Amino acid sequence: MNQQELIPHLFRTEFRKITSVLGKLLGIDNLELAEDIASDTFLSAMETWSYNGIPDNPTAWLYIVAKNKAKNHLQRSKLFTQKITPQINYSIAEFDEIVIDLSEKNITDSQLQMLFALCHPSISTEAQIGLSLRILCGFGIDEIADALLTNKETINKRLFRAKEKLRAENVQISFPKETEIENRLETVLLTLYLLFSEGYYSESKDEVLRKDLCLEAMRLMHLLIENEQTNKPQVNALLALMCFQASRFEARKNNEGVLVLYQDQDESLWNQELIAKGVFFLKQASQGNKLSKYHLEASIAYWHTIKADTKEKWDSILQLYNQLLQLEYSPIAALNRTYALSKVYGKAKAIMEAEKLNLSGNHFYFTLLGELHTTIDNQKARSNFNKALALAKTMIDKQTIQNKLDKL
Amino acid sequence: MDEFILIMRHEDGAKLASPEQMQAWMKQTMDWIGGIATQNKFVSGTGLPFDSARVVTTKKSKSIVTNGPFGDIKETIGGFIIVKAESIDEAVEFAKGCPVLSGEGNSMEVRKIAKNDGAH
Repeated sequence: MNQQELIPHLFRTEFRKITSVLGKLLGIDNLELAEDIASDTFLSAMETWSYNGIPDNPTAWLYIVAKNKAKNHLQRSKLFTQKITPQINYSIAEFDEIVIDLSEKNITDSQLQMLFALCHPSISTEAQIGLSLRILCGFGIDEIADALLTNKETINKRLFRAKEKLRAENVQISFPKETEIENRLETVLLTLYLLFSEGYYSESKDEVLRKDLCLEAMRLMHLLIENEQTNKPQVNALLALMCFQASRFEARKNNEGVLVLYQDQDESLWNQELIAKGVFFLKQASQGNKLSKYHLEASIAYWHTIKADTKEKWDSILQLYNQLLQLEYSPIAALNRTYALSKVYGKAKAIMEAEKLNLSGNHFYFTLLGELHTTIDNQKARSNFNKALALAKTMIDKQTIQNKLDKL
Repeated sequence: MDEFILIMRHEDGAKLASPEQMQAWMKQTMDWIGGIATQNKFVSGTGLPFDSARVVTTKKSKSIVTNGPFGDIKETIGGFIIVKAESIDEAVEFAKGCPVLSGEGNSMEVRKIAKNDGAH
């Protein structure tokens, strides 16, 4: 790797580690300082390496420079004596003894604790996702804006406010108490699932970026699974779900970037390795007696890894949706359940149930009705697809519906 | 929106169903509940297994426990669900779909749930 490739690569892998370790050391009040020192370290690398060449061990070089910058900063800053000293319990006399521990174990621990701090229930899910992308995934502000389909200014504001809030709430960068883990974990899992979905369903043109989002979410899930205290059944279930969904990543879009629907996908493009991983984590998840929505969703996703339409497949999917909806209602689950119902009991019964759904503001609802009426009453199918078309907002959705109309 | 309880009453709880019948009945019940949940009208509910059921009565201030629920009265409750509905009529419509009603003599009881607003 030459310098031009090496620095961005290291930035992606090391920025987040340095930021997490420094953030943990300096406390939530100084999250920005941690980011700044980490950014500054990479700036130094760019300057120094272009004159002196790449050092033998670039990562170690970065860690040493980051440590020195942090120490220098603390020495210079009044902040140290006034604010940080009480927090990190070092007296000034012991100042030289400050240990900035960039060992693998402390990096992992710091990232995990940072994950809990950033996914604190006091800030919005959007802010949790943004902060996680910045601090735990090392994404640039423009990348975050691109991935979340907004602009830099909005992201900057969102992150700024979120940090203010975390500061005001005095959120600790620490591992939650044993009794709180289940609760806090719920927020963390929801954030990581949304982070994954942002990548999976994003309209962003940047294919690499979208995939990165999914991979980052999965990497953070692995952090939770590798830690004994957070290696819970629902965590394994969510990772299984992500593996099953990610297995279709290559098959979901054609060469022009147009969405390919499940039934039209080329199975040979499904990633069998990820499917096998999903099966493994789903097995790991089947312990304990708590059935989370992730268990149900992962099981549904598992059945979708089998392309053939068997009776067993749709019977199982319908029962899983029945359970999922009892646990937590969502319009998309309601629509998918109705589709499964049509596969088990036929279109006529599904139309009757679909008409009770009360989702007339939702273009997916009319798309489903269009599908169900197709071949039974193509006139009705057409009128429903047209309603869907009028409600659809994104290009991908409009294109998908138009294709269905064309096929009628 | 009010909450209503739909109580499944079996005419004769002592009648034994075959495992196949039981399984088919379970599936129908799950589809029925799923249909209500799909409309975002499901609140909670559970089945009440007949085995290890007991009936407690008192005679002359003494508790008497019998293997129930089938004593002198054969009729028994097989389960219940709680739903959200705009009116008792809507709740009744939900009840009509319950597979329990396919059994001769079985019935559904629909009752509004009291709100803790001091009105009751």
